[in-house]
Amino acid sequence: MTLLKIDAMDKRFGGLHAVNSVSFGVEQGVIKAVIGPNGAGKTTLFNLISGSLPHDSGTVSFQNKQISDLKPYQIARSGMARTFQNIKMFHGMTALENVKVGMHPRTRAGFWAGMLNLPWTWAEEKKIHDRAMELLHLLEIEEFAHIEATSLAFGQQRAVEFARALASDPKILLLDEPAAGLNIYETAEVARLITRIQAQGITVLLVEHDMSLVMDISDEIVVLSFGEKIAEGTPSEIQHNEDVIKIYLGE
Amino acid sequence: MALKKHLPIAGLGLALIGVQLITAATGSDYYLTQLTMTAYLGLLIIGLCLVMGYAGQISLGHAGFFGIGGYTSAALTTVNLSNALASGQPVVRTLDSLGILVHGQNIYGETLLYIHPWVACLAAIIATTVIAFAIGIPVLKLKGHYLAMATLGFGIIIYRIVLAVEIFGEADGISDVPPFPLIANIAITGDIDQRVANYYISAIVLIIGMILLQNLIHSRVGRALTAIHGAEDAADAMGVNTAKYKLYTFVVSAVFASLAGVLLTHYTGGISPSDAGVMKSIRFVAIVAIGGMASLWGALSIGLILNFMSLRGLFGSYDDAVFGTILIIIMLFAPDGILRLPFLQKLMDRRGDKS
Repeated sequence: MTLLKIDAMDKRFGGLHAVNSVSFGVEQGVIKAVIGPNGAGKTTLFNLISGSLPHDSGTVSFQNKQISDLKPYQIARSGMARTFQNIKMFHGMTALENVKVGMHPRTRAGFWAGMLNLPWTWAEEKKIHDRAMELLHLLEIEEFAHIEATSLAFGQQRAVEFARALASDPKILLLDEPAAGLNIYETAEVARLITRIQAQGITVLLVEHDMSLVMDISDEIVVLSFGEKIAEGTPSEIQHNEDVIKIYLGE
Repeated sequence: MALKKHLPIAGLGLALIGVQLITAATGSDYYLTQLTMTAYLGLLIIGLCLVMGYAGQISLGHAGFFGIGGYTSAALTTVNLSNALASGQPVVRTLDSLGILVHGQNIYGETLLYIHPWVACLAAIIATTVIAFAIGIPVLKLKGHYLAMATLGFGIIIYRIVLAVEIFGEADGISDVPPFPLIANIAITGDIDQRVANYYISAIVLIIGMILLQNLIHSRVGRALTAIHGAEDAADAMGVNTAKYKLYTFVVSAVFASLAGVLLTHYTGGISPSDAGVMKSIRFVAIVAIGGMASLWGALSIGLILNFMSLRGLFGSYDDAVFGTILIIIMLFAPDGILRLPFLQKLMDRRGDKS
């Protein structure tokens, strides 16, 4: 089943055609990577999918529903979670609290319930706490639960960010350059986490620079260059694709 | 965990009782008048702290909301409808038959007919809510300096309106605002016989306000607000409707300010344009900044101290200048508030106080 379908996505920034009529689908349960040289439009494409950037034309459908005109928070609620290239931890919150925010779409205590501390919210808070701890455990960072997230090492913050994204029980997880800024050990660690997330039945779409990471874990790869899709296929197909070799190594 | 956060509130309650006992023992009851006013202003301060410290927005228009509350209630409870009733004005007759008008006499023995303070208070809260939504929807799309300018503009508009409109008493403001009846014979009034009772009423109102906001910041909503403050686009990507949360926080905060305006106006028996003025808004922002933005307790304690000193006239005619100077000093040397100064921070950490 095609979980996410991107159809003729288009985005211009003034004279720059950042994303030029890109189409592809993401099957349920796979790890799919979008690669390309710097400035190929990968992150722009990501921001178009997650709604944080308005698109010029084209559609995105997720679980057979069109989501391309929804706001980012609505897209998040529909079951799509994302991470950021420059990890965006919430300042002034512990790792645990960061993950708790991730459960926002799955919980419902509002202003009145919060101010009046209504008894039913206690059970909800307990549920939030337990689930957040479970996710920290899954990502092997429970020992950092009560440490302010922004003071953790980069790799640990990346793990907290994964836990935070998983907290909303997403159907699909969008990872924007998950290995950015990490050393080779941390990158290997992230690769292991991503396959572990896939094993939970969550589809993963990632944008990545680091070839070793992409080739190791991806089931399928889309290659962008100057905003256009130039290839799509399995890692071994991509490795032998002449166009891809040309843009990466030059002629 | 659910109760632990209320321990400081119990401490606040005990401290407020202690202050009353001390004034009674030393025969300095007259301090209670300013303390009562300070407590009502404290309600506004904690509301503003919620907007500034937790939602990360600034409002330079909070005296405007204070004024909307105070003036609405004052105008409705001082308008004399007795002639209108005598001439059979249908709206007034309907209001009278619904029992929401109060019949009374002024000191000259003339008959008075005005709207019941509870109804006036309700009207003030509703008006504030509507205005806060109307202002908040467009204005909260702005950030930083632009938001500050827009709310400042709102504050100036309110100030000019109360200064120009006849039913708001123009430059004189409104006086002779009747007491706000509570239970039995107890009312919110500046009457000297009820000074102690009024002190406790204001303390209870403040404590209830504090409990509500403490609950809120420790709830799912509070987490979402802190997240918005921490990284707005990430909060958005986590499914937090950031625009809605900012707006609702602004409205809650406006209602707190408005309620402070209503109660303080009935307590002092009047309100004047300077109470709704921009200088007051700046003072409130300064107090929250000194308290350290994201600390209800910091803002409240600084608010209680500085407002009390100001009301006692300790700053003399340099009142506004003192607050301006304090704001500049804080921004230069302790932008995170004085409770976050290194040596005080260490004390706080030792206490293990994380809120």
